[in-house]
Amino acid sequence: MNWGWIPANLPALIEATIDHIVLTAIAVGVGFAISLALAILIHRDRRAFGPVSAFTGLLYTIPSLALFAFLVPITGLSLLTAEIGLISYTLLILVRNIVAGFDSVPAEVSETAAGMGYTWAERLWRVELPIAMPLIVAGLRIATITTIGLVMVTALIGEGGLGQVMLRGFNFRNWVAVYTGAALTLALAIAADVALVAIGRLATPWATRRAS
Amino acid sequence: MELLAEVVAWFDDPATWAGPNGIPTRMLEHILLSGACVVAAIAVAVPVGLVIGHTGRGALIAVSIANVGRGLPSYALLLMLFPFFGIGFPTAFAALLLLTIPPVLTNTYVGVRDVDRDVVEAGRGMGMSERGLLRGVEMPLAMPVIVAGIRIAAVQVVATATLAALVGGGGLGRYIVDGFALRDDGQIVGGAILVAGLAILTEWVLGLVERRVVPPGVGSGASAGPPAFQYTAEPRPAGTT
Repeated sequence: MNWGWIPANLPALIEATIDHIVLTAIAVGVGFAISLALAILIHRDRRAFGPVSAFTGLLYTIPSLALFAFLVPITGLSLLTAEIGLISYTLLILVRNIVAGFDSVPAEVSETAAGMGYTWAERLWRVELPIAMPLIVAGLRIATITTIGLVMVTALIGEGGLGQVMLRGFNFRNWVAVYTGAALTLALAIAADVALVAIGRLATPWATRRAS
Repeated sequence: MELLAEVVAWFDDPATWAGPNGIPTRMLEHILLSGACVVAAIAVAVPVGLVIGHTGRGALIAVSIANVGRGLPSYALLLMLFPFFGIGFPTAFAALLLLTIPPVLTNTYVGVRDVDRDVVEAGRGMGMSERGLLRGVEMPLAMPVIVAGIRIAAVQVVATATLAALVGGGGLGRYIVDGFALRDDGQIVGGAILVAGLAILTEWVLGLVERRVVPPGVGSGASAGPPAFQYTAEPRPAGTT
């Protein structure tokens, strides 16, 4: 084991870690925006739930490598290909949890807000969304950790952040690189989870119970 | 449409179907690897989960194992275990087994734990032994949740067994990995279609089983339809989010 590899490749490792974070952030960010829109649609009209659920469920069932394989001939070995795949996998988790969050709002609360003259949008923004926050944050945590793992697979299509470090290490039978990549990914997952728990607490300062 | 033609040509080529790299062989390898993992995971995780759920002891360990399983991606596991298990099946089996155990364990434990305590107490009051309670009351009532865990695990394994090709294993992933290396789009997409089809088929078949194992007298709510809107705070049974 050549531990000297780590300090010698520190800049490359930092760059790979940043790549990993960026790939994850784009996927979860865009996935959240799409999911929020879909969840609001379902919240307004329940009939949308069946089709949305079936579609996101199908995307979730398709193996990641197969999904990337479908896309490569069309969108090439690109960031776009990686992100389409990564975003697809966040949708099922996020839509379900945001909808479950809206469902957790007591009907009396929504009706009271309506009775006080809140418009539909105001009610959503100022009453329902805050109450749904713990479940939304729970969904974001699961989606983020899952995405951090899936980003590694995108190493096969030329992206991958720390997955790239692992794959290259593997090809050269450089086990220090393989284990360093894995350890950094695990550390990244834990750090992201801790950060999201903290954000969840800041977003729900009134919560007495843990928002997990 | 050029791509479509390439895919059709790949499926149409007799060489695609013959020999050790033919679809029947690769499909069988894929199914055997996945099946072996699921069976081994059931053998290990279900008994442990039942005991933890019944006694409530060791719950923290079960939750921790499940969380670590979520944090360590299968791709990383495969590459990390390679130096210990070597090329092909052994590494793939070890990595996939580690991936399969958490959902089965968590769901078995949560399924048993969430059985109505009044029902268990009624059984105890009728003089049932602890073993009898577990076998005759808790396990049947928890069965839909346990099978849901097995379904999640099986679909995950079928999907991830694709990556076994990375460490020199067989299975359908060979077509995707080799296709990337050869820049053969027809083979890449052909392989992807086979893997996706197998995963969806697994999900569908085990979904049917899941609906079958609801014990008589238990409301249909236990497993009918997708488990949407159910959110259990830690530990989260697989398949509820």
